[in-house]
Amino acid sequence: MSTILAYWNQIPLYLQHLIIVFAEIVGVMMTVVVSVAFLTLIERKIIGWMQIRIGPNQIRMFGLPFLKGVAQPFADVIKLLLKEVLLPAKADKVVFLLAPLIALTTALAVWAVVPFSPVFVLADVDAGLLFVLAMTSLGVYGIILAGWASNSKYAMLGAMRSAAQIVAYEIAMGFALVGVLMAAGSLNLSDIVRAQSGSMLTWNMVLLFPLMIIYFISGIAETNRAPFDVVEGESEIVAGFHVEYSGASFATLFALPEYANMILVATLAAVLFMGGWLSPFQGLLSDTSLLAQPSFLWLFVKICWFLFCFLWFRATFPRYRYDQIMRLGWKVFIPLTLVWLIVECGMVWMRIGPWSHFG
Amino acid sequence: MPSVRSIAKTLLLGELLQGLAVTFKYLWKPKFTVHYPEERAPQSVRYRGLHALRRYPNGEERCIACKLCEAVCPALAITIESDVSADGTRRTTRYDIDLFKCIFCGFCEEACPVDAIVETRIHEYHMENRGENIMSKDKLLAVGERYEAMITADKTADAPYR
Repeated sequence: MSTILAYWNQIPLYLQHLIIVFAEIVGVMMTVVVSVAFLTLIERKIIGWMQIRIGPNQIRMFGLPFLKGVAQPFADVIKLLLKEVLLPAKADKVVFLLAPLIALTTALAVWAVVPFSPVFVLADVDAGLLFVLAMTSLGVYGIILAGWASNSKYAMLGAMRSAAQIVAYEIAMGFALVGVLMAAGSLNLSDIVRAQSGSMLTWNMVLLFPLMIIYFISGIAETNRAPFDVVEGESEIVAGFHVEYSGASFATLFALPEYANMILVATLAAVLFMGGWLSPFQGLLSDTSLLAQPSFLWLFVKICWFLFCFLWFRATFPRYRYDQIMRLGWKVFIPLTLVWLIVECGMVWMRIGPWSHFG
Repeated sequence: MPSVRSIAKTLLLGELLQGLAVTFKYLWKPKFTVHYPEERAPQSVRYRGLHALRRYPNGEERCIACKLCEAVCPALAITIESDVSADGTRRTTRYDIDLFKCIFCGFCEEACPVDAIVETRIHEYHMENRGENIMSKDKLLAVGERYEAMITADKTADAPYR
Protein backbone atom coordinates (compact mmCIF):
# COMPACT_ATOMS: atom_id res chain seq x y z
CA MET A 1 0.00 0.00 0.00
CA SER A 2 2.79 2.39 0.96
CA THR A 3 4.65 1.58 -2.26
CA ILE A 4 1.57 2.41 -4.28
CA LEU A 5 1.27 5.66 -2.39
CA ALA A 6 4.92 6.41 -3.05
CA TYR A 7 4.42 5.83 -6.77
CA TRP A 8 1.32 7.95 -6.67
CA ASN A 9 3.18 10.86 -5.05
CA GLN A 10 5.84 10.74 -7.75
CA ILE A 11 3.27 11.42 -10.45
CA PRO A 12 3.00 15.15 -11.30
CA LEU A 13 -0.01 16.85 -9.80
CA TYR A 14 -1.81 17.55 -13.09
CA LEU A 15 -1.52 13.88 -14.03
CA GLN A 16 -2.87 12.83 -10.64
CA HIS A 17 -5.80 15.11 -11.23
CA LEU A 18 -6.32 13.71 -14.72
CA ILE A 19 -6.27 10.12 -13.47
CA ILE A 20 -8.75 10.86 -10.70
CA VAL A 21 -11.12 12.63 -13.07
CA PHE A 22 -10.83 9.81 -15.58
CA ALA A 23 -11.58 7.24 -12.90
CA GLU A 24 -14.58 9.27 -11.79
CA ILE A 25 -15.89 9.49 -15.35
CA VAL A 26 -15.49 5.77 -15.90
CA GLY A 27 -17.16 5.11 -12.54
CA VAL A 28 -20.18 7.27 -13.37
CA MET A 29 -20.47 5.81 -16.86
CA MET A 30 -20.30 2.24 -15.63
CA THR A 31 -22.88 3.01 -12.95
CA VAL A 32 -25.22 4.43 -15.57
CA VAL A 33 -24.72 1.49 -17.92
CA VAL A 34 -25.28 -1.08 -15.18
CA SER A 35 -28.32 0.84 -13.97
CA VAL A 36 -29.67 0.74 -17.51
CA ALA A 37 -29.18 -3.02 -17.59
CA PHE A 38 -31.09 -3.54 -14.39
CA LEU A 39 -33.71 -0.96 -15.29
CA THR A 40 -34.66 -3.09 -18.29
CA LEU A 41 -35.09 -6.05 -15.97
CA ILE A 42 -37.07 -4.10 -13.37
CA GLU A 43 -39.22 -2.66 -16.13
CA ARG A 44 -40.16 -6.11 -17.37
CA LYS A 45 -40.73 -7.32 -13.83
CA ILE A 46 -42.90 -4.40 -12.70
CA ILE A 47 -44.96 -4.28 -15.88
CA GLY A 48 -45.37 -8.03 -15.56
CA TRP A 49 -46.54 -7.75 -11.97
CA MET A 50 -48.99 -5.02 -12.88
CA GLN A 51 -50.43 -7.31 -15.55
CA ILE A 52 -50.55 -10.19 -13.04
CA ARG A 53 -47.68 -11.94 -14.75
CA ILE A 54 -44.32 -12.73 -13.23
CA GLY A 55 -41.86 -11.42 -15.80
CA PRO A 56 -38.44 -12.89 -16.55
CA ASN A 57 -37.73 -15.68 -14.05
CA GLN A 58 -35.35 -18.10 -15.67
CA ILE A 59 -31.79 -16.81 -15.78
CA ARG A 60 -30.00 -16.85 -12.45
CA MET A 61 -26.79 -15.14 -11.40
CA PHE A 62 -23.85 -17.55 -11.00
CA GLY A 63 -26.23 -20.51 -10.77
CA LEU A 64 -27.61 -19.36 -7.42
CA PRO A 65 -30.86 -21.07 -6.45
CA PHE A 66 -32.54 -17.74 -5.59
CA LEU A 67 -33.08 -14.40 -7.34
CA LYS A 68 -34.39 -16.04 -10.48
CA GLY A 69 -34.25 -13.80 -13.52
CA VAL A 70 -31.68 -11.39 -12.13
CA ALA A 71 -29.15 -12.17 -14.82
CA GLN A 72 -31.66 -11.58 -17.61
CA PRO A 73 -30.13 -8.21 -18.69
CA PHE A 74 -26.71 -9.82 -19.07
CA ALA A 75 -28.19 -12.56 -21.22
CA ASP A 76 -29.90 -9.89 -23.33
CA VAL A 77 -26.72 -7.85 -23.71
CA ILE A 78 -24.62 -10.85 -24.65
CA LYS A 79 -27.22 -11.91 -27.18
CA LEU A 80 -27.37 -8.43 -28.74
CA LEU A 81 -23.61 -8.01 -28.91
CA LEU A 82 -23.11 -11.40 -30.55
CA LYS A 83 -25.66 -10.70 -33.25
CA GLU A 84 -24.77 -9.49 -36.68
CA VAL A 85 -24.86 -5.75 -37.39
CA LEU A 86 -26.83 -5.53 -40.62
CA LEU A 87 -26.12 -2.73 -43.06
CA PRO A 88 -29.01 -1.98 -45.43
CA ALA A 89 -27.76 -1.95 -49.02
CA LYS A 90 -28.96 1.57 -49.77
CA ALA A 91 -28.22 3.08 -46.37
CA ASP A 92 -25.81 5.94 -45.88
CA LYS A 93 -23.26 3.70 -44.21
CA VAL A 94 -21.20 6.28 -42.35
CA VAL A 95 -24.17 8.11 -40.89
CA PHE A 96 -25.93 4.83 -40.25
CA LEU A 97 -23.11 3.69 -37.99
CA LEU A 98 -22.45 7.14 -36.54
CA ALA A 99 -26.02 7.82 -35.41
CA PRO A 100 -26.03 5.30 -32.53
CA LEU A 101 -22.77 6.79 -31.30
CA ILE A 102 -24.23 10.31 -31.30
CA ALA A 103 -27.23 9.11 -29.34
CA LEU A 104 -25.02 7.26 -26.88
CA THR A 105 -22.45 10.03 -26.41
CA THR A 106 -25.00 12.72 -25.69
CA ALA A 107 -26.94 10.43 -23.36
CA LEU A 108 -23.80 9.77 -21.34
CA ALA A 109 -22.31 13.29 -21.55
CA VAL A 110 -25.20 14.83 -19.62
CA TRP A 111 -24.14 12.98 -16.49
CA ALA A 112 -21.12 15.24 -16.20
CA VAL A 113 -23.09 18.02 -14.51
CA VAL A 114 -25.46 15.98 -12.38
CA PRO A 115 -24.76 16.50 -8.66
CA PHE A 116 -24.80 13.05 -7.07
CA SER A 117 -24.01 14.13 -3.53
CA PRO A 118 -23.00 17.35 -1.73
CA VAL A 119 -19.39 16.68 -2.67
CA PHE A 120 -19.48 14.56 -5.80
CA VAL A 121 -20.21 16.10 -9.18
CA LEU A 122 -18.00 15.52 -12.20
CA ALA A 123 -18.12 19.08 -13.50
CA ASP A 124 -19.61 21.76 -11.27
CA VAL A 125 -20.50 23.93 -14.26
CA ASP A 126 -22.22 27.24 -13.62
CA ALA A 127 -24.53 26.82 -16.61
CA GLY A 128 -25.23 23.16 -15.79
CA LEU A 129 -28.90 23.32 -16.61
CA LEU A 130 -28.17 24.82 -20.03
CA PHE A 131 -25.67 22.04 -20.65
CA VAL A 132 -28.34 19.46 -19.80
CA LEU A 133 -30.82 21.10 -22.17
CA ALA A 134 -28.22 21.32 -24.94
CA MET A 135 -27.19 17.68 -24.60
CA THR A 136 -30.71 16.28 -24.46
CA SER A 137 -31.53 18.35 -27.57
CA LEU A 138 -28.47 17.00 -29.34
CA GLY A 139 -29.61 13.49 -28.51
CA VAL A 140 -32.43 13.81 -31.01
CA TYR A 141 -29.82 14.09 -33.78
CA GLY A 142 -28.95 10.48 -33.17
CA ILE A 143 -32.57 9.49 -33.74
CA ILE A 144 -33.10 11.74 -36.77
CA LEU A 145 -29.85 10.67 -38.42
CA ALA A 146 -30.62 7.02 -37.70
CA GLY A 147 -34.01 7.41 -39.35
CA TRP A 148 -32.63 9.27 -42.34
CA ALA A 149 -29.57 7.09 -42.92
CA SER A 150 -31.61 3.87 -42.84
CA ASN A 151 -33.18 4.87 -46.15
CA SER A 152 -36.45 3.32 -45.05
CA LYS A 153 -39.87 4.93 -45.00
CA TYR A 154 -40.76 3.67 -41.57
CA ALA A 155 -37.48 4.81 -40.06
CA MET A 156 -37.91 8.20 -41.70
CA LEU A 157 -41.45 8.59 -40.36
CA GLY A 158 -40.30 7.60 -36.89
CA ALA A 159 -37.47 10.08 -37.00
CA MET A 160 -39.74 12.89 -38.15
CA ARG A 161 -42.24 12.12 -35.42
CA SER A 162 -39.45 12.11 -32.90
CA ALA A 163 -38.14 15.47 -34.08
CA ALA A 164 -41.55 17.15 -34.00
CA GLN A 165 -42.39 15.68 -30.63
CA ILE A 166 -39.12 16.71 -29.05
CA VAL A 167 -39.38 20.26 -30.38
CA ALA A 168 -42.90 20.53 -28.98
CA TYR A 169 -42.09 19.21 -25.55
CA GLU A 170 -38.71 20.85 -25.18
CA ILE A 171 -40.42 24.23 -25.07
CA ALA A 172 -42.77 23.19 -22.29
CA MET A 173 -39.87 21.54 -20.50
CA GLY A 174 -37.74 24.64 -20.90
CA PHE A 175 -40.45 26.85 -19.44
CA ALA A 176 -40.87 24.45 -16.54
CA LEU A 177 -37.13 24.74 -15.93
CA VAL A 178 -37.34 28.54 -16.08
CA GLY A 179 -39.61 28.27 -13.05
CA VAL A 180 -36.89 26.36 -11.23
CA LEU A 181 -34.31 28.94 -12.26
CA MET A 182 -36.43 31.75 -10.86
CA ALA A 183 -36.81 29.87 -7.61
CA ALA A 184 -33.12 29.08 -7.24
CA GLY A 185 -31.58 32.11 -8.94
CA SER A 186 -28.89 29.93 -10.47
CA LEU A 187 -28.22 27.61 -13.40
CA ASN A 188 -25.79 25.50 -11.40
CA LEU A 189 -27.47 22.23 -10.46
CA SER A 190 -25.72 22.00 -7.08
CA ASP A 191 -26.85 25.54 -6.27
CA ILE A 192 -30.39 24.64 -7.30
CA VAL A 193 -30.32 21.79 -4.80
CA ARG A 194 -28.83 23.98 -2.08
CA ALA A 195 -31.49 26.63 -2.67
CA GLN A 196 -34.12 24.04 -1.73
CA SER A 197 -32.57 23.13 1.62
CA GLY A 198 -34.50 23.80 4.79
CA SER A 199 -37.22 21.19 5.02
CA MET A 200 -39.44 19.18 2.73
CA LEU A 201 -41.71 22.20 2.41
CA THR A 202 -39.00 24.31 0.82
CA TRP A 203 -38.47 21.83 -1.98
CA ASN A 204 -39.49 23.18 -5.34
CA MET A 205 -42.18 20.54 -5.70
CA VAL A 206 -44.38 22.36 -3.21
CA LEU A 207 -44.68 25.73 -4.88
CA LEU A 208 -43.87 24.53 -8.38
CA PHE A 209 -46.00 21.39 -8.27
CA PRO A 210 -47.68 21.97 -11.65
CA LEU A 211 -44.29 22.65 -13.19
CA MET A 212 -42.99 19.38 -11.79
CA ILE A 213 -45.88 17.45 -13.30
CA ILE A 214 -45.37 19.17 -16.63
CA TYR A 215 -41.62 18.66 -16.49
CA PHE A 216 -42.03 14.97 -15.80
CA ILE A 217 -44.65 14.43 -18.51
CA SER A 218 -42.50 16.36 -20.99
CA GLY A 219 -39.58 14.23 -19.89
CA ILE A 220 -41.55 11.11 -20.72
CA ALA A 221 -42.37 12.58 -24.11
CA GLU A 222 -38.72 13.55 -24.68
CA THR A 223 -37.48 10.07 -23.94
CA ASN A 224 -40.15 8.66 -26.27
CA ARG A 225 -41.59 6.44 -23.57
CA ALA A 226 -45.14 5.14 -23.30
CA PRO A 227 -47.70 6.71 -23.53
CA PHE A 228 -45.81 9.01 -25.92
CA ASP A 229 -43.91 6.30 -27.79
CA VAL A 230 -45.39 6.96 -31.24
CA VAL A 231 -41.81 7.20 -32.45
CA GLU A 232 -41.66 3.45 -32.18
CA GLY A 233 -45.38 2.93 -32.81
CA GLU A 234 -45.32 -0.79 -33.52
CA SER A 235 -48.79 -0.92 -35.00
CA GLU A 236 -48.17 1.93 -37.43
CA ILE A 237 -44.52 2.19 -38.36
CA VAL A 238 -43.11 -1.20 -37.30
CA ALA A 239 -40.40 0.05 -34.96
CA GLY A 240 -39.79 3.62 -36.04
CA PHE A 241 -36.27 4.91 -36.34
CA HIS A 242 -34.58 1.67 -35.35
CA VAL A 243 -36.26 -0.75 -37.80
CA GLU A 244 -33.06 -1.29 -39.73
CA TYR A 245 -30.78 -1.65 -36.74
CA SER A 246 -29.66 -4.92 -35.26
CA GLY A 247 -27.15 -6.36 -32.85
CA ALA A 248 -24.72 -4.03 -31.13
CA SER A 249 -25.82 -0.94 -33.07
CA PHE A 250 -29.40 -1.59 -31.96
CA ALA A 251 -28.26 -1.84 -28.36
CA THR A 252 -26.28 1.40 -28.51
CA LEU A 253 -28.82 3.31 -30.55
CA PHE A 254 -32.00 2.30 -28.88
CA ALA A 255 -31.70 0.50 -25.59
CA LEU A 256 -28.84 2.31 -23.90
CA PRO A 257 -29.64 5.97 -24.70
CA GLU A 258 -33.36 5.52 -24.16
CA TYR A 259 -32.95 4.03 -20.72
CA ALA A 260 -30.04 6.32 -19.82
CA ASN A 261 -32.26 9.26 -20.73
CA MET A 262 -35.04 7.84 -18.59
CA ILE A 263 -32.70 7.72 -15.62
CA LEU A 264 -31.52 11.21 -16.45
CA VAL A 265 -35.03 12.66 -16.55
CA ALA A 266 -35.78 10.93 -13.25
CA THR A 267 -32.55 12.29 -11.74
CA LEU A 268 -33.22 15.80 -12.96
CA ALA A 269 -36.77 15.69 -11.64
CA ALA A 270 -35.32 14.69 -8.28
CA VAL A 271 -32.60 17.34 -8.40
CA LEU A 272 -34.75 20.20 -9.63
CA PHE A 273 -37.99 19.58 -7.78
CA MET A 274 -37.43 17.17 -4.93
CA GLY A 275 -34.23 18.52 -3.45
CA GLY A 276 -31.71 16.13 -5.01
CA TRP A 277 -29.44 14.78 -2.32
CA LEU A 278 -31.23 16.66 0.48
CA SER A 279 -32.77 14.54 3.18
CA PRO A 280 -36.56 14.61 3.53
CA PHE A 281 -36.09 14.64 7.30
CA GLN A 282 -34.07 17.84 7.24
CA GLY A 283 -35.84 20.34 9.46
CA LEU A 284 -37.98 17.61 11.06
CA LEU A 285 -35.16 15.95 12.97
CA SER A 286 -32.20 17.74 14.53
CA ASP A 287 -29.37 18.59 12.13
CA THR A 288 -27.01 16.17 13.85
CA SER A 289 -29.18 13.07 13.40
CA LEU A 290 -28.12 10.56 10.79
CA LEU A 291 -31.37 10.63 8.83
CA ALA A 292 -31.19 14.37 8.26
CA GLN A 293 -27.79 14.22 6.56
CA PRO A 294 -27.76 14.98 2.84
CA SER A 295 -26.39 12.02 0.90
CA PHE A 296 -26.49 10.17 -2.38
CA LEU A 297 -28.89 7.65 -0.87
CA TRP A 298 -31.70 10.21 -0.73
CA LEU A 299 -31.09 11.07 -4.37
CA PHE A 300 -31.14 7.35 -5.16
CA VAL A 301 -34.49 6.87 -3.44
CA LYS A 302 -35.97 9.81 -5.32
CA ILE A 303 -34.60 8.58 -8.65
CA CYS A 304 -36.12 5.16 -7.96
CA TRP A 305 -39.49 6.76 -7.30
CA PHE A 306 -39.49 8.64 -10.59
CA LEU A 307 -38.26 5.60 -12.50
CA PHE A 308 -41.05 3.58 -10.94
CA CYS A 309 -43.46 6.23 -12.21
CA PHE A 310 -42.04 5.78 -15.72
CA LEU A 311 -42.76 2.06 -15.59
CA TRP A 312 -46.07 2.56 -13.85
CA PHE A 313 -47.26 4.93 -16.59
CA ARG A 314 -46.14 2.51 -19.26
CA ALA A 315 -48.12 -0.29 -17.65
CA THR A 316 -51.19 1.90 -17.24
CA PHE A 317 -51.74 4.23 -20.18
CA PRO A 318 -52.53 3.42 -23.78
CA ARG A 319 -50.50 5.18 -26.45
CA TYR A 320 -51.55 8.70 -27.41
CA ARG A 321 -52.63 9.42 -30.94
CA TYR A 322 -50.07 11.58 -32.71
CA ASP A 323 -52.22 14.69 -33.12
CA GLN A 324 -53.22 14.43 -29.47
CA ILE A 325 -49.57 14.47 -28.48
CA MET A 326 -49.03 17.61 -30.51
CA ARG A 327 -52.15 19.21 -29.07
CA LEU A 328 -51.08 18.39 -25.54
CA GLY A 329 -47.61 19.78 -26.07
CA TRP A 330 -48.44 23.00 -27.88
CA LYS A 331 -51.90 23.91 -26.68
CA VAL A 332 -51.95 22.67 -23.10
CA PHE A 333 -48.49 22.45 -21.61
CA ILE A 334 -46.98 25.65 -23.00
CA PRO A 335 -49.90 27.87 -21.88
CA LEU A 336 -50.03 26.10 -18.51
CA THR A 337 -46.33 26.63 -17.82
CA LEU A 338 -46.60 30.24 -18.93
CA VAL A 339 -49.49 30.83 -16.54
CA TRP A 340 -47.60 29.28 -13.67
CA LEU A 341 -44.52 31.32 -14.53
CA ILE A 342 -46.58 34.50 -14.31
CA VAL A 343 -47.95 33.37 -10.95
CA GLU A 344 -44.41 32.68 -9.80
CA CYS A 345 -43.25 36.07 -11.11
CA GLY A 346 -45.92 37.70 -9.00
CA MET A 347 -44.79 35.73 -5.96
CA VAL A 348 -41.16 36.67 -6.51
CA TRP A 349 -42.10 40.30 -7.07
CA MET A 350 -44.22 40.41 -3.92
CA ARG A 351 -41.46 38.55 -2.01
CA ILE A 352 -43.85 35.76 -1.00
CA GLY A 353 -42.74 32.44 0.45
CA PRO A 354 -39.19 31.29 -0.29
CA TRP A 355 -38.49 34.44 -2.25
CA SER A 356 -38.85 36.77 0.73
CA HIS A 357 -35.05 36.88 1.07
CA PHE A 358 -34.46 38.02 -2.51
CA GLY A 359 -32.83 41.44 -2.68
CA MET B 1 -67.08 25.28 -24.68
CA PRO B 2 -66.30 22.63 -22.11
CA SER B 3 -67.58 23.43 -18.67
CA VAL B 4 -65.33 24.65 -15.88
CA ARG B 5 -65.92 21.38 -14.15
CA SER B 6 -64.66 19.26 -17.01
CA ILE B 7 -61.62 21.52 -17.46
CA ALA B 8 -60.80 21.16 -13.77
CA LYS B 9 -61.23 17.41 -14.05
CA THR B 10 -58.81 17.27 -16.97
CA LEU B 11 -56.23 19.47 -15.33
CA LEU B 12 -56.26 17.53 -12.07
CA LEU B 13 -55.65 14.32 -14.05
CA GLY B 14 -58.46 12.59 -12.15
CA GLU B 15 -59.06 9.79 -14.62
CA LEU B 16 -55.37 9.16 -15.10
CA LEU B 17 -54.87 8.81 -11.35
CA GLN B 18 -57.80 6.41 -11.24
CA GLY B 19 -56.09 4.25 -13.85
CA LEU B 20 -52.81 4.41 -11.96
CA ALA B 21 -54.57 3.28 -8.81
CA VAL B 22 -55.88 0.22 -10.61
CA THR B 23 -52.47 -0.86 -11.90
CA PHE B 24 -50.89 -0.15 -8.50
CA LYS B 25 -53.43 -2.43 -6.89
CA TYR B 26 -52.69 -5.19 -9.38
CA LEU B 27 -48.95 -4.87 -8.68
CA TRP B 28 -49.50 -6.61 -5.34
CA LYS B 29 -52.02 -9.22 -6.43
CA PRO B 30 -50.91 -12.86 -6.30
CA LYS B 31 -49.81 -14.11 -9.69
CA PHE B 32 -51.42 -17.30 -10.93
CA THR B 33 -49.01 -18.08 -13.74
CA VAL B 34 -48.44 -21.81 -14.15
CA HIS B 35 -44.69 -22.37 -14.53
CA TYR B 36 -45.28 -24.68 -17.46
CA PRO B 37 -42.46 -27.16 -17.79
CA GLU B 38 -42.23 -27.57 -14.01
CA GLU B 39 -45.93 -27.21 -13.25
CA ARG B 40 -48.82 -28.35 -15.38
CA ALA B 41 -52.42 -27.27 -15.57
CA PRO B 42 -54.88 -30.02 -14.60
CA GLN B 43 -56.11 -32.07 -17.54
CA SER B 44 -59.51 -33.64 -18.05
CA VAL B 45 -59.77 -37.36 -18.73
CA ARG B 46 -61.70 -36.31 -21.82
CA TYR B 47 -58.75 -34.33 -23.15
CA ARG B 48 -58.42 -34.83 -26.90
CA GLY B 49 -54.77 -35.13 -27.86
CA LEU B 50 -52.72 -37.49 -29.98
CA HIS B 51 -54.62 -40.39 -31.56
CA ALA B 52 -54.09 -44.06 -30.83
CA LEU B 53 -55.43 -47.35 -32.17
CA ARG B 54 -56.24 -49.92 -29.50
CA ARG B 55 -56.05 -53.70 -29.35
CA TYR B 56 -58.11 -56.19 -27.37
CA PRO B 57 -56.37 -57.73 -24.32
CA ASN B 58 -55.63 -60.84 -26.40
CA GLY B 59 -53.68 -58.70 -28.87
CA GLU B 60 -56.28 -58.63 -31.64
CA GLU B 61 -56.79 -55.26 -33.38
CA ARG B 62 -60.06 -53.65 -32.42
CA CYS B 63 -60.52 -51.81 -35.71
CA ILE B 64 -62.89 -53.58 -38.08
CA ALA B 65 -62.48 -51.11 -40.98
CA CYS B 66 -66.09 -49.92 -40.83
CA LYS B 67 -64.87 -46.48 -41.99
CA LEU B 68 -67.34 -44.61 -39.79
CA CYS B 69 -64.50 -42.42 -38.50
CA GLU B 70 -63.42 -41.63 -42.05
CA ALA B 71 -66.99 -40.72 -42.90
CA VAL B 72 -67.56 -38.55 -39.86
CA CYS B 73 -64.20 -36.75 -39.94
CA PRO B 74 -65.05 -33.11 -40.70
CA ALA B 75 -61.49 -32.28 -41.74
CA LEU B 76 -61.09 -35.32 -44.00
CA ALA B 77 -57.95 -36.20 -42.07
CA ILE B 78 -58.52 -39.98 -42.00
CA THR B 79 -57.78 -42.29 -44.92
CA ILE B 80 -58.66 -45.98 -44.64
CA GLU B 81 -58.12 -48.91 -47.00
CA SER B 82 -59.31 -52.38 -46.06
CA ASP B 83 -58.99 -55.98 -47.12
CA VAL B 84 -59.88 -59.45 -45.85
CA SER B 85 -57.17 -60.79 -43.61
CA ALA B 86 -55.84 -64.34 -43.42
CA ASP B 87 -58.32 -65.37 -40.71
CA GLY B 88 -61.24 -64.17 -42.80
CA THR B 89 -61.98 -60.98 -40.89
CA ARG B 90 -62.14 -57.54 -42.39
CA ARG B 91 -59.08 -55.46 -41.39
CA THR B 92 -57.56 -52.18 -42.42
CA THR B 93 -54.50 -52.30 -44.63
CA ARG B 94 -53.99 -48.61 -44.29
CA TYR B 95 -55.14 -46.27 -41.54
CA ASP B 96 -53.65 -42.78 -41.86
CA ILE B 97 -54.44 -39.68 -39.85
CA ASP B 98 -53.00 -36.42 -41.10
CA LEU B 99 -52.28 -34.48 -37.91
CA PHE B 100 -52.05 -31.22 -39.86
CA LYS B 101 -55.60 -31.66 -41.10
CA CYS B 102 -57.01 -33.04 -37.86
CA ILE B 103 -58.92 -30.54 -35.76
CA PHE B 104 -59.07 -32.82 -32.70
CA CYS B 105 -62.85 -32.73 -32.53
CA GLY B 106 -63.07 -36.30 -31.23
CA PHE B 107 -65.83 -37.35 -33.65
CA CYS B 108 -63.82 -40.37 -34.79
CA GLU B 109 -63.63 -41.58 -31.21
CA GLU B 110 -67.38 -41.09 -30.77
CA ALA B 111 -68.24 -42.74 -34.07
CA CYS B 112 -66.14 -45.86 -33.45
CA PRO B 113 -68.41 -48.84 -32.54
CA VAL B 114 -65.52 -50.88 -31.07
CA ASP B 115 -63.54 -48.14 -29.27
CA ALA B 116 -60.61 -48.72 -31.60
CA ILE B 117 -59.58 -45.18 -32.44
CA VAL B 118 -59.19 -42.98 -29.35
CA GLU B 119 -57.63 -39.66 -28.56
CA THR B 120 -55.14 -39.83 -25.72
CA ARG B 121 -54.18 -37.03 -23.36
CA ILE B 122 -50.77 -36.62 -24.98
CA HIS B 123 -50.43 -33.08 -26.28
CA GLU B 124 -46.67 -32.54 -26.26
CA TYR B 125 -45.20 -34.00 -29.42
CA HIS B 126 -43.37 -32.59 -32.39
CA MET B 127 -42.26 -33.49 -35.88
CA GLU B 128 -38.83 -32.92 -37.33
CA ASN B 129 -39.29 -34.00 -40.93
CA ARG B 130 -41.84 -33.67 -43.68
CA GLY B 131 -44.31 -36.53 -43.71
CA GLU B 132 -44.09 -37.20 -40.00
CA ASN B 133 -47.45 -35.49 -39.63
CA ILE B 134 -49.08 -38.59 -41.15
CA MET B 135 -49.83 -41.04 -38.35
CA SER B 136 -49.80 -44.41 -40.08
CA LYS B 137 -51.47 -47.53 -38.72
CA ASP B 138 -48.21 -48.80 -37.21
CA LYS B 139 -47.52 -45.56 -35.41
CA LEU B 140 -51.08 -45.35 -34.12
CA LEU B 141 -50.96 -48.93 -32.84
CA ALA B 142 -47.61 -48.21 -31.21
CA VAL B 143 -49.08 -45.22 -29.39
CA GLY B 144 -52.02 -47.38 -28.32
CA GLU B 145 -49.73 -50.09 -26.95
CA ARG B 146 -47.57 -47.65 -25.11
CA TYR B 147 -50.40 -45.77 -23.41
CA GLU B 148 -52.99 -48.57 -23.05
CA ALA B 149 -52.97 -48.25 -19.24
CA MET B 150 -53.70 -44.52 -19.40
CA ILE B 151 -56.39 -44.97 -22.07
CA THR B 152 -58.14 -47.72 -20.09
CA ALA B 153 -58.02 -45.67 -16.91
CA ASP B 154 -59.43 -42.60 -18.66
CA LYS B 155 -62.22 -44.58 -20.30
CA THR B 156 -63.14 -46.20 -16.99
CA ALA B 157 -63.19 -42.84 -15.23
CA ASP B 158 -65.36 -41.32 -17.91
CA ALA B 159 -67.71 -44.31 -18.36
CA PRO B 160 -70.31 -43.29 -15.69
CA TYR B 161 -70.99 -40.05 -17.56
CA ARG B 162 -71.45 -41.59 -21.00
